[in-house]
Amino acid sequence: MALADPVRRAIVARLSLSDATVNELAAPFGITKQAVSRHIQVLESAGLITRSRDAQRRPCHLEPAALETLTEWIDALRLETERRHRRLDAVLTTLQEKHHR
Amino acid sequence: MTNPTQITAEAGRPFVDIVREFDAPIAAVFRAHTDPELFAQWTGPEQLSVDVKVFDAVTGGQWHYVSTDPAGGTYGFRGVFHTVEHEALIIQTFEFDGAPGQVSMSVARFEETPTGTRISTHTVFPSIESRDGMVATGMEHGATESYRRLEALLERDSVHSA
Repeated sequence: MALADPVRRAIVARLSLSDATVNELAAPFGITKQAVSRHIQVLESAGLITRSRDAQRRPCHLEPAALETLTEWIDALRLETERRHRRLDAVLTTLQEKHHR
Repeated sequence: MTNPTQITAEAGRPFVDIVREFDAPIAAVFRAHTDPELFAQWTGPEQLSVDVKVFDAVTGGQWHYVSTDPAGGTYGFRGVFHTVEHEALIIQTFEFDGAPGQVSMSVARFEETPTGTRISTHTVFPSIESRDGMVATGMEHGATESYRRLEALLERDSVHSA
């Protein structure tokens, strides 16, 4: 998941304030510009951020709608999986009770 | 007590990995996945009744079930059991009638643990869009909404108490 990584979460948090270049994003982290670029690529491929093509500095821009979609998707998956597993827990409990009778 | 569910779904990769432990012997856990009557009791989205039409949990067997929502809407799902190894492995395909051709494949491994059984499932989707869309499929739409409302409420409360 794009937001599973703490650096990527921090990048998203920073971009929620304003657009920023790779250099600006790299500054607060003790990691290389290349590493930050890789994180940006992950966020870009997930559609969470876009980069303008015109300017040479190519600032990164957060897509709030995409972020919401991703959050909804993973929340929906978690919620449904959790419910499914709890129902399975209940079935298993019933099975074992029958077995012990 | 409820065991935690570990879900990994990386951006840009059409996979979902789910790991969960169950406090029951592997025989019971495996049976709940291969016996159609037991399977119908826990699968499918919440509040949807499940009518299992075909469920032949053997290597090469087919499965097909139809979920019905309270408003009478129906959602059909089908696929094949590619490989079934007793109390060890189930590899199967999954297709929603509403998205024909979007076939996913899951590999579920069953392992005994000191306290019960661990299931590790790796699912491969035909595309990232398909993965993201599949989760919304047949979902009780209100669930996400009420979950978000709950989240908003909790956030507000923690802000107030901070």
